[in-house]
Amino acid sequence: MRAASALILAGLALAVACLAYLSLGARGDWGFVLMFRGARLVALLTVALAVALSTMVFQTLAANRILTPAIMGFDALFLLGQSLLVFTLSGVGVAALGAYVTFGLETAVMLLAALLLFGTLLRRGQDISRMILTGIVFGILFRSLTQLLNRMIDPNEFTMIQSAAFARFNNVPEGLTWITAGLTVAVGIWLMSKHRQLDVMALGRAASMTLGVDHDRQTRRLLAAVALLVSVSTALVGPIVFFGLLVSALAHGLAGSWRHAVLLPLSALLAGCILVASQTLFERVLHLQTSVAVVIEALGGLVFLAMILRRRKT
Amino acid sequence: MIETRALSVALSGKPVLADISVALPKGRLTALVGPNGAGKSTLLMTLGRLLEPASGDILIDGRDLRAVPPRELALQLSILRQEGAIGPRLTVRDLVSFGRYPHSHGRLTAADRLEVQRAIDRLDLAGFADRYLDTLSGGQKQRAQIAMVLAQQTDVILLDEPLNNLDLAHARRVMRIAREEADAGRTVIVVLHDLTVAAAYADHVVAMKAGRVAAEGPSEEVISEEVLSRLFETDVSVAEVGGRRVVLTL
Repeated sequence: MRAASALILAGLALAVACLAYLSLGARGDWGFVLMFRGARLVALLTVALAVALSTMVFQTLAANRILTPAIMGFDALFLLGQSLLVFTLSGVGVAALGAYVTFGLETAVMLLAALLLFGTLLRRGQDISRMILTGIVFGILFRSLTQLLNRMIDPNEFTMIQSAAFARFNNVPEGLTWITAGLTVAVGIWLMSKHRQLDVMALGRAASMTLGVDHDRQTRRLLAAVALLVSVSTALVGPIVFFGLLVSALAHGLAGSWRHAVLLPLSALLAGCILVASQTLFERVLHLQTSVAVVIEALGGLVFLAMILRRRKT
Repeated sequence: MIETRALSVALSGKPVLADISVALPKGRLTALVGPNGAGKSTLLMTLGRLLEPASGDILIDGRDLRAVPPRELALQLSILRQEGAIGPRLTVRDLVSFGRYPHSHGRLTAADRLEVQRAIDRLDLAGFADRYLDTLSGGQKQRAQIAMVLAQQTDVILLDEPLNNLDLAHARRVMRIAREEADAGRTVIVVLHDLTVAAAYADHVVAMKAGRVAAEGPSEEVISEEVLSRLFETDVSVAEVGGRRVVLTL
């Protein structure tokens, strides 16, 4: 079975990457090294899982393999929520709330806005070029609004948001690691339990309705899950636009199957593999601190271009 | 049995169907005929609950269609749509197996597999059941879609232009299957363009024009020179060849 061997290989590769990340170049007390690196590894794996699952599910809902939540401006929406919070509550107020409450509020804003904006869009939008265009317009709108807010905020408070606006894999906010990991795993389990229904929904709205799936209601629920996962990854490492696309393109290519029972776990394993391996390579071997995000984005961007060009040909 | 009462439907604000009241009998094959743009497909989609009516009611065995939960409806009613673009890369067997989803929710039992195989055989798809849909011709794809509808095994079967892209042998095969399903006690409703086919296979005909019902009744009454000439606004003659009515438009 091609799908089974792809899953096993990706699992092995991920295990090797994790071992390398934990052990390479480690000196001194192993207990401390493992605890310190272990927490960061959990954060990386959480991001990988969140990006992979949110992308796969969103693509199923949009019936399209080029669109991803990031391309449609989901993470820009999360950053807007973040700025909005600092703007209304002031930096001191947000700091006083603590990491958990802030994350909770940001996620709530995100959920609400995502359901309002993308719920109706997905229902109507069958025209792909228009969907991409809408996503780009949304992205620009959210980013411009964020910038506008940032200009109006006190410069001292602006520094609070500034660090969140760029993708970074090196300094992950530690307080959030465990709760987001738990949340992501819970959402992941819920999505896996729906893998058969996702298979049907991939056939499209009309087809899944004739097969007895309440498509509109399920779309709202799944969209909420996607928004939650995007909140997690954006809160941990900032916006990463093309990583999800890279992962989903690889997963579809390697799986050779339409079943979400294969696609969801495979994409998660691949995402973890790419993220941990490249982080190991850049941080431990090449000693470059900042380039991981840039390289992953560049690769993903190339995949995006290739997919659009290939689409035009056929 | 499906019944509509003063049904009207609007698509993006424009009224497409107005005041449709028809009774489509159980155990009969009903043909929906009429010129392009008459609203035949819209009526079929509305009966299949893929479109929301603006006003009026649809009753399925006396029960309001809106009151039937989606899961239950999928066990009672199946529909073949015209634009059946399939996203994922599926084999014929994969697609037909989806027809069993309302029954087994994705966990196929031995009985489901048997039913899938039967639908594949009935539509003469056995030779390429494990080929991918995107490697098949339009007619073969159409047959695969029909097989999926049959595998759903519902009491009401709605088929929107099932003969599209089919060669003459397979068109006959599909109409015979529709006939068999009706004879087995199911309510079969088919949108047809070929009036000779409608005359040969349908018990009941609903003729539509400009979003309204122009004529409804047993096929002998509706498939007549007078009704059809009025319906299509062109001269239509109905000849009898070998005991069957043939509709000519020369």
